[in-house]
Amino acid sequence: MNHQALLRVQGLSRSFGGLRAVDDLSFEIAQGEILGLLGPNGSGKTTAMNLISCALVADVGTIEFDGEPVQHLPAFRLAHRGLARSFQLVRVPAHLTCLENVISGLAFGPRGVWGAAARERASALLARMGLADKADALAGELTYIDQKRLELARALAPQPKLLLLDEWLAGLNPTELVDGIALVRQLRDDGLTILMVEHVMEAIRALCNRCVVMNAGRKISEGPTAEVLVNAEVLTAYLGGAVNA
Amino acid sequence: MKLPQKRSLLLTLAALAAAATLPVFSGNDYYLGLAINLAQYSLMATAWALFSGPTRYVSLASVAFYGIGAYAVAVLGDTLPLPLVFGVAVAVGALLALLIGMATLRLSGIYFVIFTFGLAELVRQVVTWYEVNITKTLGRYVFLDVTSQQIYWQLLALLAAVFAFSWWVQRSRLGLALRVIGEDETVARHVGIHVTRAKLLLFVASSAFITLAGAVMAPRWTYIDPAISFNSVISFQVVIMALLGGAGSLFGPLAGAIPLSLLFEFLSARFPNHFSILLGAVFMVIVYFVPNGVAGAVGDWLARRRKEKRA
Repeated sequence: MNHQALLRVQGLSRSFGGLRAVDDLSFEIAQGEILGLLGPNGSGKTTAMNLISCALVADVGTIEFDGEPVQHLPAFRLAHRGLARSFQLVRVPAHLTCLENVISGLAFGPRGVWGAAARERASALLARMGLADKADALAGELTYIDQKRLELARALAPQPKLLLLDEWLAGLNPTELVDGIALVRQLRDDGLTILMVEHVMEAIRALCNRCVVMNAGRKISEGPTAEVLVNAEVLTAYLGGAVNA
Repeated sequence: MKLPQKRSLLLTLAALAAAATLPVFSGNDYYLGLAINLAQYSLMATAWALFSGPTRYVSLASVAFYGIGAYAVAVLGDTLPLPLVFGVAVAVGALLALLIGMATLRLSGIYFVIFTFGLAELVRQVVTWYEVNITKTLGRYVFLDVTSQQIYWQLLALLAAVFAFSWWVQRSRLGLALRVIGEDETVARHVGIHVTRAKLLLFVASSAFITLAGAVMAPRWTYIDPAISFNSVISFQVVIMALLGGAGSLFGPLAGAIPLSLLFEFLSARFPNHFSILLGAVFMVIVYFVPNGVAGAVGDWLARRRKEKRA
């Protein structure tokens, strides 16, 4: 499996002042799998996502994406190489129309698309997210759920190799959750590799091939989803007990 | 925000062409002077909004570029042909903008505002120091064979060029990049936008136009010194005009520059000793009551009316 790893994280650490938000984190994601990144609030999941997407620079450690070290690249260059992400608190430019939002995911980088071709592809993506009739609406006027869909459409627009989803399924009602899970599964079946931070157990069980569990910045467990979830240590971490990993 | 249509650009260019006939109908120097003032501030406010509108970076450095343009003409006007002097002015202004941009565009919000303000003062002090200690003069005379009509036409031509450039940018990939940057730089980076380069390009273009405005205006001053050419009030006026009109749209700055140029003209003529106080009051009223600018307010009103019609 080693030679197929799309993303390889090794010894990643990042401190803020005296706090080691991410501490010696290592894991791999194989081509075509969904890896869940779990852990209680404040365990460093979002910091790890920011490091992997080059929004933050690691103090030490290496990140290999598609066989090449990327830890010192600026975020926009990593985006050009095929990494796209969503944000924990949805981020869509509010004064741009939905169509423009998706086009902003398509237009930039060496393989950027513009003009009629971009509009066509963006419309198709909006339709896939069920937002076809909102193409000319401003993103700020959408409901929270629709904004999440729009953000995902933008992330998918450049046809990334790796998608980082930061609690994309949080805050959905039961029906929307079923739809959301089906959508993410479809993306994987289409060949996309996904790293997802998630708290919704139903989604984790349904989607993740493997999981990495973090607590206090460190990896405390890793393995196939079913095994990881019964691991007592994980339960303790979620229940807030002291963990001496 | 709606993208400007080709029709509105053509209409504006036609309006500018009509404005260019003014000296033919009126031999009155006062009206020509007023028209030059209007054209100058329309040009500077539109050029300022070119960068600051979409990115929302408030620059108070306009007068640094304006002054550099004026000084380029004052220093070189006697020795070089005027078009070449303009070329040198643009090159110097663009180079300075590039250096400033690389140093400051990582700053955001209030830090950028303060830095640009300080920078304009620095340029003024450096020029003053140089004139006093090296050339041993404080002021310079600009005696060039350029008539007021020609200055007026040059300003209108520049204004047309800014509009055409801005219209083109807004419809281009670069324009979309700038709007995303203005809304959320983090998103901009993660969708693959080279944020620094995009901001730098527009800052340089905007500054080059403002430098040219100063260069074109220099012969009209006849006498310049650092206190005149680098007067920070000019920067503030440009900002407030663009903001009143609405920096987010192509023609917004015009809607601020025209009424405010007239108002400032009136105030400085009637209340020369209290001008600064009145200027401050105007700033506050505008920021408080029209935060999105006239263009923004009109846009909101139109959107509301459309919604009511649908309902």
